[in-house]
Amino acid sequence: MPEPTAVSTMTDAPTNNNAVIIGAGQAGAQAAFSLRQQGFKGRVVLVGDEPTLPYQRPPLSKAYLAGELPEARLYIKPQGFYDKADIELLTSARVEGIDPGARQVRLAGGDTLAYRHLVLATGGRARRLNCPGADDPRVHYLRTLEDVRGLQADFVAGKRLVVIGGGYVGLETAAVAARHGLQVTVLVARPTVLNRVCGPEVSRFFTQVHRDAGVALCCDTAITAIRAESQYLVIDTNNGYSVQADLLVVGIGLEPNLELAEAAGVSCDNGIATDENGRCSLPDIYAAGDCASHPSAIYARRLRLESVQNAVEQAKTVAASICGKHRPYTQAPWFWSDQFDLKLQSAGVVSGFDQSVVRGDPETRSFAVFYYRAGVLIAVDAINRPTEFVAARKLLDQGLSPSSEVVCNEAIPPADFAATVTGAKPVASHG
Amino acid sequence: MTIKVTYIEHDGTEREVIVEEGVNLMDAALDNMVPGIDGDCGGVCACATCHVRVDPDWADKLPAMEDTENAMLELADARDDRSRLACQIIAAPELDGLVVHTPEGQH
Repeated sequence: MPEPTAVSTMTDAPTNNNAVIIGAGQAGAQAAFSLRQQGFKGRVVLVGDEPTLPYQRPPLSKAYLAGELPEARLYIKPQGFYDKADIELLTSARVEGIDPGARQVRLAGGDTLAYRHLVLATGGRARRLNCPGADDPRVHYLRTLEDVRGLQADFVAGKRLVVIGGGYVGLETAAVAARHGLQVTVLVARPTVLNRVCGPEVSRFFTQVHRDAGVALCCDTAITAIRAESQYLVIDTNNGYSVQADLLVVGIGLEPNLELAEAAGVSCDNGIATDENGRCSLPDIYAAGDCASHPSAIYARRLRLESVQNAVEQAKTVAASICGKHRPYTQAPWFWSDQFDLKLQSAGVVSGFDQSVVRGDPETRSFAVFYYRAGVLIAVDAINRPTEFVAARKLLDQGLSPSSEVVCNEAIPPADFAATVTGAKPVASHG
Repeated sequence: MTIKVTYIEHDGTEREVIVEEGVNLMDAALDNMVPGIDGDCGGVCACATCHVRVDPDWADKLPAMEDTENAMLELADARDDRSRLACQIIAAPELDGLVVHTPEGQH
C-alpha cells in the first residue's frame, strides 16, 4: 500500500478543471498564484521534488551564501499564502512520467495525478564536472538550498576555494568568498569570464574587479583531474599547473530538465518548445521557466533563458492561457548580478552583437555598454547605472534603437534616448 | 521593538500589521499575508514589483531615496511623487503608524 498522502486522494476525473504544475521553483510557484489571480477555480496542485516551500535561487550565490539572509527569507511566499490561495503543494514528490493520452502524471511511489491542464516548470540541474575525481564530496554545486547547506561548513575564512566556471554563479560565489576571507581561485575554461552573456568590456571589467579583490582568476584553463590528498584536493589543469583546494564550487552552467517532456512526446528544441502563449506541442500542456524555449519576436529566434524575470513572465502567460486569456510573452529579457559593491543589470540578449559602445568610464565603476547588431540595439549591460538599465528595458520593449553616438553622449539623459529615434513620439515631459 | 504599518489596497481594504524594526515593508507584507506586493527580485531593488504609495503625511519622515530606487521606480505603473519601493523602506521607530497604498497593477 502506498502511504496515505494527499496524493492518494487525488482521483479527479480528467474532465475536472484542475491544473497540475510539475516543478515548484520560481516559475511553478508563480504559475500557481497567477492561476488564482486570473480567476482559475479548479484545483491547483504544485508538485516539487525538494522538501521546502518554493524558494528564490538568486540569493543562493549572493546574500544567502554570505549568511546575510535567513532561510525563511528565501521562500517566494510563506505557507499561509498557499493555504489562502488553496494551492496544494506536494513537496519531496518526484514525477516519473506523463501520459498525455490518459492526461495523467505518474509520481514516484505509484500514485497518479489526473490533469486537465499541465504546466511543465521542471527547471534545470547544475551541469556536472566530468573529470577524474569529480565525485569527491568536497566538490560542490550551487543550484539548490541543499547544495549551499552542503558547503557552508567549509565556507569559512582562510579556506582555499577553487571555483570552476566564470559565469554569474562562479563569479558571485567568488565575490562572496573573497569578502569572507577565503583564498579564492577561479578557473575558467573559456577565454574570458561571462563569455556567453557579456561583451569584452564587461568581461575585462569583472576580471579586474575580482583580481583587485585578491581573487586568482585564470582563463583558458580547463580541469583535467581532481586528486584527493589526505587533507585537501589537488586540481590539475591543462596548462600544466595544479591548484590546492579545501573545497571546490562548480558553476559551469545549467542543463534543462527535459526528460519528462521528451518521454511524453512534447517537442523540445534546446528547451521545452512553447509558442508565445506558453503552449507546448501537445494540447493542454504548457511550459515555463528555465526549462522552456519560447519564440522571441525581438530576436526572431527561440530563446531559453535562465532568469527570475523569464520564469515569472512565462508563468503569468501560461496562467492567462489556461484561463482563456491572451497574454503573449513579449517582454525583453532582463537580469541582475550582485558582486562586491557592484550591481550589474542587463537588458536584452547580448549574443550576436557586432558593435558595442561604452557610456561612462569603467574606471569609475559606473558605466553601461550598449550592444548593436546590424545597427539595431539588442542589449545593454549597466554596472551601477540603474537609469541606463531602466531606459534600456523600455527601448527594447518598444523596439526603439537610438544611435551609438546618442547613447555614448553623457549629456543626453537615458530617459531622452527614445525621443532621439527618428519617428519616435517625443516623451511628453520633454516635448 | 515593533511598529504598526497599515497597507491599503486599491479597493480600500486596510490591513494593519506589526513590523519588527529593521524589516523592510516588502518582507513585512509577505510575512503578514498582505496581497499586492510581488517582490520578484527578493528585495534587492532590481525589479520594481513592490511599488507602494506613501501617504503624504509620512513622506518627509522616510529616508530619501537612493538613486537605484528612484531609477527603478520608472518601471512601476503610474509612478507619482508618493511612489516608493517597499523593499527599500525599513521599519524604524519614527515610522510607527505609517500608511502605504498598494497599487492595482501588482494584483
